[in-house]
Amino acid sequence: MTVRAAGFAGPAPVRRLATTVESYGQELVVLAVIAVLFLAVGLVNPRFLSSTNLVTIFAGNAYVAVAAIGMSMVIISGNIDVSVGSLIGVLATISGTLAVKGYPVVVAWLAPLAVGMAINAVVGVVVAYLRIPSIVATLGMLSILKGGLISVTSGAWITNLPRDYLIAQVRVFGIPFPVYAMAALTILAALWMRHSRFGRAIYAVGGNAEAARVAGIRIERSVVAVFAVHGVFAGIAAVLFATQLQVIQSTVPPNLELTVITASVVGGVSILGGTGTVIGSTLAAILFATIGSSLIFLNISAYWLRAVQGLLILATVLADMARRRRI
Amino acid sequence: MVRAALGRAFRHETVLALLLAGALAVLAGQSGRFLTADNLLNQGRLMAEVGLASLPMTFVIVTGGIDLSVGSIFGLAAILLGVFWHDLGLWLPIAMVAAVLVGGAAGLLNGVIVTRFRVPPLIATLATLALYRGLAEGISQARSVRGYPDWFFVLGQGEVLGVPTQLWLLLVLTAAAAIVLGLTTFGRTVYAIGANETAARFSGLAVDRAKMVVYGCSGLVAALAAVIFVSRVSTTRSDMGTGLELDVITAVVLGGTSIFGGRGTIIGTALGLALMQAMKNGLALSGVKGDGTIVVIGIVLIAAILLSNLLSRDGNA
Repeated sequence: MTVRAAGFAGPAPVRRLATTVESYGQELVVLAVIAVLFLAVGLVNPRFLSSTNLVTIFAGNAYVAVAAIGMSMVIISGNIDVSVGSLIGVLATISGTLAVKGYPVVVAWLAPLAVGMAINAVVGVVVAYLRIPSIVATLGMLSILKGGLISVTSGAWITNLPRDYLIAQVRVFGIPFPVYAMAALTILAALWMRHSRFGRAIYAVGGNAEAARVAGIRIERSVVAVFAVHGVFAGIAAVLFATQLQVIQSTVPPNLELTVITASVVGGVSILGGTGTVIGSTLAAILFATIGSSLIFLNISAYWLRAVQGLLILATVLADMARRRRI
Repeated sequence: MVRAALGRAFRHETVLALLLAGALAVLAGQSGRFLTADNLLNQGRLMAEVGLASLPMTFVIVTGGIDLSVGSIFGLAAILLGVFWHDLGLWLPIAMVAAVLVGGAAGLLNGVIVTRFRVPPLIATLATLALYRGLAEGISQARSVRGYPDWFFVLGQGEVLGVPTQLWLLLVLTAAAAIVLGLTTFGRTVYAIGANETAARFSGLAVDRAKMVVYGCSGLVAALAAVIFVSRVSTTRSDMGTGLELDVITAVVLGGTSIFGGRGTIIGTALGLALMQAMKNGLALSGVKGDGTIVVIGIVLIAAILLSNLLSRDGNA
């Protein structure tokens, strides 16, 4: 990423700025779109910028952002996971059931992380060692998880959740817990991806698997690890999702996997692997929430939401391709 | 190279045919109702929509691409059929043709994004999946259209010579697709693109044009399937075809088409489709609820790929 900017001439500070802009190009684009949306919609309808609405925007979609962190890592490693929505549905149901059955809330919070890690580690083994392409393996997993969940629960509502279980409704300084979780996890994951051996290995495997192998990276282990870590993030996302309301519907949240994948891609993670950051995917998740809220405040029928989202994804992807070709 | 690829693919198809025979035997043993002409014809009716969409999808995946937007094009075409006929007052046959053509246009747009802008197909069609479904939802505003004339239901609920109408259509198009992919220059171009796109380009093959045709057909046929579906269920809603892409891709991949391209046959896809439908039906007859069958399909998908990986010499396709 930084190599590209080597051609920029000029004094050092300008060069450094150019480098930053270059390596965070897509992230900056998403940030700019969010800013423009806030300004434009805020001018039309000032209530859009009320603190209540801002909190709703940031808190309501935090679980998407958290799931997108893990997804970004998987995509950076050159794989994909189309089953994450089903996994979050299953983990949310497990979490809620444990809470209702009277287990300590800590168990209900942590069990999804462990189960998510275990399930996705299995997927990672299937992908890395049995050499089944990740899109096929996770397509199969999607069927297994979704079908399994509905045949066990029949989509029943889980009610009577204990009050102290609902962690997503806890507010610190007036800001809901999921916002802190989203921010902290994004920063930690970004640092981890940039500075740890794990992170570098993931970029290397996604960028050029053969070169990574020659450099001594154990590709299979890295792939299993990245799927396992992604499972933990899915577990955290599931807990945030499950504790949002007073009830949990034990089904798969519709289209969640696509929303999560889209957040990663719009945030600048190349589907070809090797590039992108988790900061971009979090910004993209916030962008989606902003768009959804904008439509409401602009009095546009919510039925157009997905069309607007689709147009936006298309525009981002085309802009990204154009930018890449210019470089 | 093409011959070697075909050889490997046939081995996968043998595995599939054996799996299918085994499944049929077990299911027939479990329920007396399974192996009756009535039941089998009805299953044919039910699998026609996924079956139709899986034909061009085989071409798309053989080129090394994928089309995730078929379910959304399906939904968009269904909604437009209702809107053209009910709201715009078009003559129903014209509305049907128009809806199918819009599907083709949507597919061509996928092709343009993939060929002109060089966007990876997974991303391009992921974006249009959201876009087309969004258009369907926005246009319909959650209203449904009913009250189609009686003749329209011949397509989805009628029979010709004792066989469901859409099953005839599926059989004819399957044969046509098998001939085009297996025996024509175009089919060879499709394999060549999937095997090595750069080499195909340098060999002077019209790579981009072939891709446009393939993605265009994918949209066109998905829309045709939607018209049949509307005729079968007598109503139009914007959420029709949600998740269809997963069923279609499962049938194609189960049929031995490599997700990396270059390898796959229509016969394989037909076998994969039949195996999927037999399992759905057999499990339903033996009392497993609809959702339990999805679990089995997921397991069979992974198992079938594993098995054929183990059997093929290079093992890492």
